[in-house]
Amino acid sequence: MSKTQTAAMMPGAEVILKVMEAEGVDVIFGYPGGAVLPIYDALFKNNSIRHILVRHEQAAVHAAEGYARSTGKVGVVLVTSGPGATNAVTGLTDALMDSVPIVCLTGQVPSHLIGTDAFQEADTSGITRPCTKYNYLVKKSDRLQANIEEAFHVARSGRPGPVVLDLPKDIQMLDAPYVEHKSAAPAVQRYKPVTSPDKAVIKEAVKMMKQAKKPVIYGGGGLINSGPHASDALHRLVGKTGWPTTLTLMGLGALPADDRHFLGMLGMHGTYQANLTMHNCDFMLNLGARFDDRVTGRLSEFAPFSKKVHADIDPSSINKVVNVDLGIIGDVGETLEALLAEMEAQSFRPNDKAMARWWEQIEGWRSRDCLAFEQAGPVIKPQKSIQRLYEMTMDRDVYVTTEVGQHQMWAAQYFGFHKPNRWMTSGGLGTMGYGLPAAVGVQVAHPEATVIDISGEASFLMNMQELSTIAQYNLPVKIFILNNEWMGMVRQWQELVHGKRYSESYSSSLPDFVKLADTFGMKGLRASAADDLDDVIAEMLATDGPVIADIRVEKEENCFPMIPSGAAHHEMILGPEDEANKSISEEGKVLV
Amino acid sequence: MLDTTQTERHTLSVLVDNEPGVLARVVGLFSGRGYNIESLTVSEVDTARQLSRISVVTSGTPMVIEQIKQLLDKLVPTHSVQDLTVGPAHVERELALVKIVCVGDKRVESLRVADSFRARTLDSSLNSFVFEVTGNSSKVTAFIELMNSLGDTEVARTGVCGMTRGNNIDLVG
Repeated sequence: MSKTQTAAMMPGAEVILKVMEAEGVDVIFGYPGGAVLPIYDALFKNNSIRHILVRHEQAAVHAAEGYARSTGKVGVVLVTSGPGATNAVTGLTDALMDSVPIVCLTGQVPSHLIGTDAFQEADTSGITRPCTKYNYLVKKSDRLQANIEEAFHVARSGRPGPVVLDLPKDIQMLDAPYVEHKSAAPAVQRYKPVTSPDKAVIKEAVKMMKQAKKPVIYGGGGLINSGPHASDALHRLVGKTGWPTTLTLMGLGALPADDRHFLGMLGMHGTYQANLTMHNCDFMLNLGARFDDRVTGRLSEFAPFSKKVHADIDPSSINKVVNVDLGIIGDVGETLEALLAEMEAQSFRPNDKAMARWWEQIEGWRSRDCLAFEQAGPVIKPQKSIQRLYEMTMDRDVYVTTEVGQHQMWAAQYFGFHKPNRWMTSGGLGTMGYGLPAAVGVQVAHPEATVIDISGEASFLMNMQELSTIAQYNLPVKIFILNNEWMGMVRQWQELVHGKRYSESYSSSLPDFVKLADTFGMKGLRASAADDLDDVIAEMLATDGPVIADIRVEKEENCFPMIPSGAAHHEMILGPEDEANKSISEEGKVLV
Repeated sequence: MLDTTQTERHTLSVLVDNEPGVLARVVGLFSGRGYNIESLTVSEVDTARQLSRISVVTSGTPMVIEQIKQLLDKLVPTHSVQDLTVGPAHVERELALVKIVCVGDKRVESLRVADSFRARTLDSSLNSFVFEVTGNSSKVTAFIELMNSLGDTEVARTGVCGMTRGNNIDLVG
């Protein structure tokens, strides 16, 4: 903050909005309550920031995540003290696990009541400390502006994440200084994440790349967080090297799904070709992925023949679970540009002979056609419903959100993404109920786009109160429910691991989704047989407003291929006929 | 490649902003990920700039130790993380107060032991002493063990604090 500029004095609530305007905030997702009334009062008089009223604070955070992931901007949440803050905790944890930039303002009881068990008091900074990148309890009015500015800086820089600002009510009401900045540079000194990779390390990485005979590129969510230029650079790297490329759940869209180098998603429900390529590679270039357990399978047999280079903006991600030969710390977009430049300098040429042999092997795996399924008879195969949804929306710019479970994996397998920021899913935390509120945030950010929440009936029920939000703002979200009347992934694990004892996984007492849509003034559609599917999808897409489409799918379909829990990449189960031969080990049963 | 089998003991020295919750952040980082804290000392060391130094002794495989250092460094209020165990030569000290209750020969012997450890007598009554002993952890532990054999004891230890030898100064960047 420049000392020469004089500070204007105004109520804290107004300072909060001023700083947010300066940070480029155009929308806030929130829910009012006693401890944030001064901010809501200031919002009432504010014309530049739009407020979207959700129906539950968890949904406010997921909506902000949807907004952030689809725009690359910081999502902003405003909730009250006590239950408002505790309800937000699941969303904050979700954002931390998936590196989503969020600033969450929580109201707090007035400073003099903190620690007295006052009405709607909770130790918000204590509760949210482990589930945020950073948090503040703002105690001094003269630090208010600096705290908020730093919060935005911390949320969006480095590895992005959620930041909580806990704001006692008196701080919102008392006059606080506000200084208009001439420059956009934040007045922050202490938090300076490294974004430019070390030149010597890049040199070493390219040297290693030149030795590769069986390479693979393994890209993750960092490619999306870095911005669209990172996906563009990845595209150029793949073009230049001709290397096979696989993406994690969080990375889908970083390389167009129809690129011939793309092997599909890897990991537990990844493709056979992606996992076998990982298992047999002699060189792995990890770009912004974190060796998640859903990706690696059994660590002791993870890509055992390979040299590994890991590029990540978070130094603590490197060597966390997988020991690598070389770590590159930096923004993955900048890293890719540096690699491309250094490849030019070192006259990198792909090893054509080796690559031809390697691709021949990979095409052999690809020819197993691991995602094949048979739609025979009138019962809709869930895979078919996603495949048709994808095919029938190819002419549109589609944004897809999901909940968590089988439908999420089928969406990842059968829906092709061609651009970054089009795919919003809860990866790390696996939060059922994420998709519907996330779709709210995406649709608010992209009012003209087709936004589809691919859902399961059980996940949908977890945050279905947001139908009211969708109705209030007439957000034309398409809710595509794969209804199999089961918590499908739980049922699948009980079938495979727990002797078909289906304990509490049946979705009993479901609502009539068509009538449910009707009560909120939306269109409700149902597809009960395979012949209905195209008509229902077409009508859903032709409808201007929100739609709930109840897709009655095969009830006991399992999600394949699958790396059984505790197994390695080359031990995949390809389908039901393969299941009997590969039982799950005792060690595997302990894992989730 | 980092070793993932052998457990090592490391002394880390962390310079942080002295702000509310900073200790909870550091402790939470260890407890939340199942890392071990053998000793922890913290105090403000620069009042003007509101800086505190946290000295923490931890143990783990080299992979875990590396992870702990990266995670500490990642905290927003952290200015620097020094691993004294792998860095240039360093000194480590710990202070303990030991109260011993004993009479007769044992009382005389406890004074003799205290003298050989260069412990100071802070308090005495007819059947007790409070000694102050300073040194590296093994010396402090040895002193306490000897006292234990001479009578009933009560012990308070500060935990380890340390710094590098030579003219290198750990400053705020």
